Amino acid sequence: MSEVIHFLDVLKKRLAQRGSEPTWIAARRQAGAARFEAMGFPTRRDEAWKYTNVRQIAQGHFELAEDADYSSAKAAALTLPIDAYRLTFVDGVFSARLSDMEGLPESVQVMPLSQALEQNHEAVGGPLGRLTGVEFSPFSALNTAFMEEGAVIRLAPGTVVDKPIILQFVSRAGEQPVMSHPRVLIEAAGRSQATVIEHHMGDSDAANFTNLVAEIMLDRGAILTHYKLQEAPLADLHIASIHVEQRRDSRYTSYNLNLGGGLVRNDLVTDLNGQGAEANFYGLFYGQGRQHVDNHTLANHNAPRTFSNENYKGILDDRAHGVFNGKVVVKRDSQKIEGFQSNANLLLSDRAEIDTKPELEIYADDVKCSHGSTTGQLDKEAIYALRTRGIDEQTARGLLTLAFAGEVMEQVDIDAITERVELAVAGKLPERFNLAGLVEIAAAFNEA
Amino acid sequence: MLEVKDLHVTVEKKEILKGLNLTIKAGEVHAIMGPNGAGKSTLSAVIAGKEGYEVTSGSITFEGQDVLEMEIEERAQAGLLLGFQYPVEIPGVKNIYLLKAALNAQRAARGEGDIPAPEFMKLVKEKIAQMQMDPSFLQRAVNEGFSGGEKKRNEILQMLVLQPKLAMLDEIDSGLDIDAMRVVADGVNSLRDSKRAILLVTHYQRLLDYIVPDKVHVLMDGRIVKSGDAELAKELEVQGYEDIVEEPAA
Repeated sequence: MSEVIHFLDVLKKRLAQRGSEPTWIAARRQAGAARFEAMGFPTRRDEAWKYTNVRQIAQGHFELAEDADYSSAKAAALTLPIDAYRLTFVDGVFSARLSDMEGLPESVQVMPLSQALEQNHEAVGGPLGRLTGVEFSPFSALNTAFMEEGAVIRLAPGTVVDKPIILQFVSRAGEQPVMSHPRVLIEAAGRSQATVIEHHMGDSDAANFTNLVAEIMLDRGAILTHYKLQEAPLADLHIASIHVEQRRDSRYTSYNLNLGGGLVRNDLVTDLNGQGAEANFYGLFYGQGRQHVDNHTLANHNAPRTFSNENYKGILDDRAHGVFNGKVVVKRDSQKIEGFQSNANLLLSDRAEIDTKPELEIYADDVKCSHGSTTGQLDKEAIYALRTRGIDEQTARGLLTLAFAGEVMEQVDIDAITERVELAVAGKLPERFNLAGLVEIAAAFNEA
Repeated sequence: MLEVKDLHVTVEKKEILKGLNLTIKAGEVHAIMGPNGAGKSTLSAVIAGKEGYEVTSGSITFEGQDVLEMEIEERAQAGLLLGFQYPVEIPGVKNIYLLKAALNAQRAARGEGDIPAPEFMKLVKEKIAQMQMDPSFLQRAVNEGFSGGEKKRNEILQMLVLQPKLAMLDEIDSGLDIDAMRVVADGVNSLRDSKRAILLVTHYQRLLDYIVPDKVHVLMDGRIVKSGDAELAKELEVQGYEDIVEEPAA
């Protein structure tokens, strides 16, 4: 209980610094704080947290960052080298200097939450909290109590955004560990289309706590591609809840790529509420040292003729611990739905561990669903075969590890992201693996 | 080029090679024949460096280097290449990637830079045509879903691209129909020159009609019991291994 009190004290201090705020925000904040106080941090007795111990978060004495000071050179070294619109947050605080919105068309709004609230708080108050309420988890309650910054993205009907929108979250090393509770709100109107990249990174010796909530609303026919590249420092604690609402014929594709963080928990939920809605969940988690990476996903087929497809790959080395829990729920009378789910894991060491649980709950009779999970090790014969062709053992292992991730990584069409994953998972390779360079060679080959 | 002296090898405490001697000079093609279980595949596996084989005594040197002290990949980089009897499928690793990475690893070991892309393309194009393989094989995962014959062609394709000094081919003829056998044999024959050597391990004489060896050795019970020229293989075909061994050693 004393653990909860620390968080509430920090909140009280923060609120005293802040001026007055719209009543709806104050009311929700209060509801969040009350809910968090009542629930406390989850324990391993809670089914949803059976394999994930959040003691490090509960007992960490995190404060809130006061500024967004960060050198441009350091930020440039961490950032993805691609042409994009960018919002940057440093320990949760917005940095205008490290952001770049130049050329953003009028039909697209991308701004920090603080600015959206300032401009028209009522327009934010409607959607905010509609998908992820304080009931979802103690962390969503905590996020609601602390919410003050984050990102708001709105796409006008029919808008196709020309470049990816990157939301980058930097974790700084400092004497005092800090926490941030970013709130992301994405509203995509009918037939709009965009790619959003959520990128978490920072100083390698940072040890902060991030507790993000994202709410994503896709109207009829909207298409959103959501990359999450989580390269947080290895001592960072990272909790995220992503909740998607999909209307008719919308398509949401998630690439949930987790490479960093000491303790990571992602909850990804989609509600397929309209016919023809489609969700694709691609995931890759890579753990080394004593990293703990937990992914919980849920696809709710609330309407007939909805489609979900999930493929998560886990790679665990050293004493890393992975958790996968994927659930597909088909509501009563949601006929003609298709729900596919697959989780495969690769254990690179004897001490690495995976707890995996694919679940199906079906309350309709005319459905096509499948799920499966496998766990294995690198093929020794294949390592040997590569070595007999002159490829050293470390590279051979790297290549086979990447090959394992192939089904997921082949879907990723942003080279800069693929490169980051390759480097993290396989180290420095002789050249780009199975990708651009070779595809070009092959293409030229076919022409020649 | 290759010198195997008094080689004793045990696998799971059972002695398989019992004092094998073999000398291969540059420019030569040797064939090792013998019945199943004689130790034919063990010899090439030990030279390539496969785990699970314990060399209890004897030595293997390749161009003066102690092969048994070299890592598996160092042997390949030095020009010792094994073509497998049962090529392994490597899901997710494209054939073209393997060829390029392997070639560049060999070049790096010689202190050379990566092969320029156009040069690599030209080389691969030429070799894949020679093996009568469709270029689409380059984009497929190594050996995945290949037929037996396609796998064997793919092994020779790797040889043609990597140009080993000593190519060891373990039962390269098994599972090949006559047309595929010709293509494979032509590929192997194209490697023959005065600086290179080839070691064929085979159960059947048939292959040696297409790749005519300079020397033939009969391996039985862990030792070479008889050596001769290409004619020896033909005698074996007629007489069988048992009769050959009953003759007084030549």
